Amino acid sequence: MSADAYVILAAILFSIGVLGFLVRRNALVLFMSVELMLNSCNLLFVTFARQWGNLDGQVASFFVMVVAAAEVVVGLSIIVAIFRTRRSASVDNANLLKY
Amino acid sequence: MTPLLVPLVSGAAVAFWICAPLMVIGALGMVLSRKAVYSALFLALVMVCLAVQYAAQDAPFLFVVQIIVYTGAIMMLFLFVVMLVGVDADESMVEVIKGQRVASLLAAGGLVILLVAALSRTFVSAPVGFDAANAASEGHIQGLAALIFGRYVMAFEATAALLITAAVGAMVLANGERITPRQDQTTRVKARLAGYAATGAHPGPRPSSGVFARHNSIATPAVLPDGTAAPGSISDVLVQRAPTRDASALGAATAAVHREIAAATEGEGER
Repeated sequence: MSADAYVILAAILFSIGVLGFLVRRNALVLFMSVELMLNSCNLLFVTFARQWGNLDGQVASFFVMVVAAAEVVVGLSIIVAIFRTRRSASVDNANLLKY
Repeated sequence: MTPLLVPLVSGAAVAFWICAPLMVIGALGMVLSRKAVYSALFLALVMVCLAVQYAAQDAPFLFVVQIIVYTGAIMMLFLFVVMLVGVDADESMVEVIKGQRVASLLAAGGLVILLVAALSRTFVSAPVGFDAANAASEGHIQGLAALIFGRYVMAFEATAALLITAAVGAMVLANGERITPRQDQTTRVKARLAGYAATGAHPGPRPSSGVFARHNSIATPAVLPDGTAAPGSISDVLVQRAPTRDASALGAATAAVHREIAAATEGEGER
């Protein structure tokens, strides 16, 4: 089958990730939306790698996964630290720098 | 090329058309479900299906890494944090910025139309596949290893530094600052004896819960000789959470036997 379908699937998933990031207020769900966007880009990397018979795309996808793991660890511990002081995981309540 | 199952339908196509709708449904469910736990589980579904897509696209290494790293490690981390932050913390449905939801929907809809319109005819040829690349490096995994430890070795080393920094950062951020002084055994003993001197509170351990022929759970109070419950024999947490057993009901059988014996001995005394 043509690789076009994978590209369209990745575009749909990326847009859903953007929608979740814009609409939701819970910091955890925002993070999951970011993960969804990263995953859709990984799907594109793998698709293009197979399209051109070139393994570099798969290596790039692997590096994206490693960086995403590091990002999630730090981001989730920031969420836990904010929750400990503000008793909330909502991004609207983290407004200390505003005042 | 992948072998065809029936004319014009390959295994990769079957996997795609089974998994792609599931992925879109899972992604929408992640965005739309109000509880963070459901969002995490929907995202796990998307990631498992994505791993199947990798396998269908001749990427067995990424298939395994996706399952282990994403579904195994990252999603479990998400679930742990959901557990810490509170499973039933529903988010408020109040729009803070007026019209933000409609604007977000329009933006995401516009983005999907733009991307699909721009990318729907990306490729004019069939996929090349990895046959040539795998033959050149004596196998798929060997080819990936040659790239990771060859051309991209500096990036690989940098990710090692990144992971160590992330681990240290997580430990620093998640480590709470101690506000009250540390309670050790000496201070606790002194506090108990001070309480005994001031109010006469019992300084020793509290009585254990009741152990009877029919009940021995920790929700059973210990019964004193006069039939009342021993104070402090049930944990306060249990009392707050659920009703505990009634001490008078526990002593009822004993009391009844005592009354019978008393009645019998009285009768003997008369005879």
